[in-house]
Amino acid sequence: MKEYRTINQIAGPLLFVEKTEPVGFAELVNIVLWDGSVKRGQVLDTSDEIVVVQVFETTAGIGRDSGVRFTGETIKMPVGKEMLGRILSGGGKPIDGGPEIVPEKRLDITGAAINPYARHSPEEFIQTGISTIDGMNTLVRGQKLPIFSGAGLPHNDIALQIARQAKVLGSKEQFAVVFAAMGITKEEANHFMADFERTGALERAVVFLNLADDPAVERIITPRLALTTAEYLAFDLGMHVLVILTDMTNYCEALRQIGAAREEVPGRRGYPGYMYTDLASIYERAGIIHGVKGSITQFPILTMPGDDITHPIPDLSGYITEGQLVVSRELHRKGIYPPINVLPSLSRLMNLGIGAKHTREDHKKVSDQCYAAYAEGNDLRGLVAIVGKDALSERDRMFLEFADLFEDRFVRQGQNEDRSIQQTLDLGWDLLATLPVEQLVRIDRALIEKYHPKFRGQKGAAPEKAAAR
Amino acid sequence: MEVKDSMTKRSGTGVLKRISGPVVTAVGLDAHMYDVVKVGKEALMGEVIKIKGDQVIIQVYEDTSGIRPGEPVENTGLSLAVELGPGLLKSIYDGIQRPLVVLVDKMGNFIQRGVSAPGLDRGKKWEFTPVVKAGDRVGPGTIIGEVQETNIVHRVMVPPNMKGGTVKEIRAGSFTVEDVVATLDDGTKLTMMQRWPVRVPRPVVEKLNPDIPLLTGQRILDGLFPIAKGGTAAIPGPFGSGKTVTQQQLAKWSDAEIVVYIGCGERGNEMTEVLTEFPHLTDPKSGKPLMERTCLIANTSNMPVAAREASVYTGITIAEYFRDMGYDVSLMADSTSRWAEAMREISSRLEEMPGEEGYPAYLAARLSEFYERAGRAKVLSGGLGSVSVIGAVSPPGGDFSEPVTQNTLRIVKVFWALDAKLSQRRHFPAINWLNSYSLYLDILHDWYDQHVSPDWNKLRAWAMEVLQKESELQEIVQLVGSDALPEEQQITIEVARMIREVFLQQNAYDAVDTYCDMTKQYEMMKAIKKFSDLAYAAQVAGALPAQIMAVPSKNELPQIKFIKDYKPALAKILDQMDTEVNALRSGT
Repeated sequence: MKEYRTINQIAGPLLFVEKTEPVGFAELVNIVLWDGSVKRGQVLDTSDEIVVVQVFETTAGIGRDSGVRFTGETIKMPVGKEMLGRILSGGGKPIDGGPEIVPEKRLDITGAAINPYARHSPEEFIQTGISTIDGMNTLVRGQKLPIFSGAGLPHNDIALQIARQAKVLGSKEQFAVVFAAMGITKEEANHFMADFERTGALERAVVFLNLADDPAVERIITPRLALTTAEYLAFDLGMHVLVILTDMTNYCEALRQIGAAREEVPGRRGYPGYMYTDLASIYERAGIIHGVKGSITQFPILTMPGDDITHPIPDLSGYITEGQLVVSRELHRKGIYPPINVLPSLSRLMNLGIGAKHTREDHKKVSDQCYAAYAEGNDLRGLVAIVGKDALSERDRMFLEFADLFEDRFVRQGQNEDRSIQQTLDLGWDLLATLPVEQLVRIDRALIEKYHPKFRGQKGAAPEKAAAR
Repeated sequence: MEVKDSMTKRSGTGVLKRISGPVVTAVGLDAHMYDVVKVGKEALMGEVIKIKGDQVIIQVYEDTSGIRPGEPVENTGLSLAVELGPGLLKSIYDGIQRPLVVLVDKMGNFIQRGVSAPGLDRGKKWEFTPVVKAGDRVGPGTIIGEVQETNIVHRVMVPPNMKGGTVKEIRAGSFTVEDVVATLDDGTKLTMMQRWPVRVPRPVVEKLNPDIPLLTGQRILDGLFPIAKGGTAAIPGPFGSGKTVTQQQLAKWSDAEIVVYIGCGERGNEMTEVLTEFPHLTDPKSGKPLMERTCLIANTSNMPVAAREASVYTGITIAEYFRDMGYDVSLMADSTSRWAEAMREISSRLEEMPGEEGYPAYLAARLSEFYERAGRAKVLSGGLGSVSVIGAVSPPGGDFSEPVTQNTLRIVKVFWALDAKLSQRRHFPAINWLNSYSLYLDILHDWYDQHVSPDWNKLRAWAMEVLQKESELQEIVQLVGSDALPEEQQITIEVARMIREVFLQQNAYDAVDTYCDMTKQYEMMKAIKKFSDLAYAAQVAGALPAQIMAVPSKNELPQIKFIKDYKPALAKILDQMDTEVNALRSGT
């Protein structure tokens, strides 16, 4: 392989190499330093005059005398069955002291788009055991549902609880976990690793660690390596894979860093204009394919800078992912775990995975009614702060109390409390029963008679008006 | 005519000089703007978007990884065009009209590159029935025959860029799209297929005023903010506010004859949902599966960005083609923001001087060109047809002041403002009734008068007034609490609540409530008005608001939404309402 010593310029993570033979776009590049060590990079722009190379590690030690080798192929990830249980660096090298991965296949890390016609619509309900998710923002297999959090909030615990408890009812298969850490601290990483080891999840996990002190640019490839591995496990080996990506905010910062180094025209808040497309190339790698056994379910975690949901990172993510779980500082301060605020949270695929076929026939309407009642109660809190509770009408007072009860009993649960969907829905009914029946406008009579605690078990004892249906 | 130059072949090959993502530069190529070229050894499809001296700049519709300088570029000499003919319906295409079904067969479950597939199936035979005979004169756009494509009759036309002549021979029978079905006296051979360049609007005789509503079965749309057939509407909203659900509801229930649905840079699973759901849903008018009238274009967010840019043009050209047959077509583009972003991405790779927020300076021009292709028109074949365009907009951070929303609002006539606050409390469709508007109200006034009821327009105005008043009263309530309001205003608030909860809220997932015809809308609104009239009268007669609000019949009203044969139940509720509220008057 030819080695060029024609580096003309080094700017941030970018090298500008001159007078090369034709080099392919997106090719993998090896840069050989004076001491013989090798760094890796990728071609970002190629022409017959100049080639721009993005280096995945720090450019420290690279000089105009360094050698550049173009490998003639795009970046590939060696994958194999024995990856399960392994810990790899953010660049895909084993760091657990174990042997190199013996590849059964080498896959392109960019990953091709799944043909929308080949996709199978996700519909299998995943029970996480967390009421705010199962009852109000139901997760289904093949979905991508991010956690929007803020600095200092327990998003990691929530992610771990989901990874621990997630199961498809009636199926014995456990999820394989692919965990990709981007720029998180060693401490956070240890927290995850300890939990994986404690619960035995590590045996069926592949871990990619790019820590806070690892090169930022490496973060660009970490999620792609993880998803390539996940695709292999899911679509080649037929496993159901849960991918946890944390923290996507660090990934986007790295993207911005490269954009700035390339002197690109920036979009909002300095992030590149193609960030939507770039994020989509990560998030869209979730799903199920017709006639293929496995599936990929994604849990990206991101911390919203300044808790601002309109910041470009959560904003663009929300437009791509199928909903979001929003972790609330206010609930956290009240001492409620998991502090998931259901109001801004959403699961877009919920309707596919609930109902008589998957969970229970009353699921949708109970959830809608709880949403409406909680939202109304929550609004009244603002009013109470001004006029006091006494100025409220009796109706309003009931909704206000509903909101408090909802947070205290429905949202709050233990870190190891695994509620079944029946428990969650019955809990919802218990809370709705504190409101007068005629306020439950979102639920039709038949369901009220069947599930409302007041009518439960009394067949035929329903009020006569119900006959209207 | 502009279209003709697509017929004059330019050819030749050039050499690649530079590759930067989806934008590549070639030298030594004889090319005109928007020529389609084949790039590299794998012959990836691309389009010329800029010419600078000897350099030709090309956007490539497929992934360019591994392509090197020095590889060949070949000019096909044709503009980017779609194939139009039988077989469009029930299809799902990518942004450049490659059938996704065929791509699965050719390259498996993932989209690989370098595979081409024609838009229309070459092997399939269609039963062609002529409607003209030898000796008839035919001109551009004349319908020469019919094909029963699905339950829709596909009308085969003389392409609008041909001059026509006298029919020498025309045959009935079973043909493929490439077989000659008719010959003209000047030797012109006509097939069932025509090609049309996507960036050129198809001609019509004249555009007409849109004065018939496009009924959607959605109460807030038909009732309060209607769009006309041939009109334009925008649905801007932050993520999670229900853009896609609203778009899909429109695709399902709007009373257009043909629906073109463009998934432009959105989620793959959403298209899958449409594909799984539509064949099982039936059109309330024809009783046939909705899929039979639908053409889908899916260029999801992780498919090549240049093809995303093209997908919108591909879609509208197909819509115009069906309009030319005399059909009412509605086109949903979800989302136009992703289309604008694709333009921005390409523009920044071209190193063009950016306009607002990095978008190219020609953003406004492109948007208005696109929406201007909507309209109700007298078509070349003599009939009337329309294309209604409904574009979703995804403003960053839900901020409507951003360039795509603003430039769209300058063009479209209907604005359905989605509101995250409403969706958070599960008020769906989360369309804000105070911010939204429709500029078609005046022009549609007469239609509602004649086809719904002479008092419908008054009822609508009444409902809007109550909602407006409520928003003013809510400001006071926020300060002093609702009990401090005068009794009359407490009733106003209650009536507004009923309008919101009974009329405006609609459950897209309920088998009955998902579609509500205009008669039911009218009956529902009339029932609310009746309660309002009774309530004010009772209050004047001395009944307390709390008593009035507690009447059981009022609380029964929401159930009407979920009942298919609602008339007996509604009549019963109204009777009961009379008795109950009047009892309050006499009881005090």
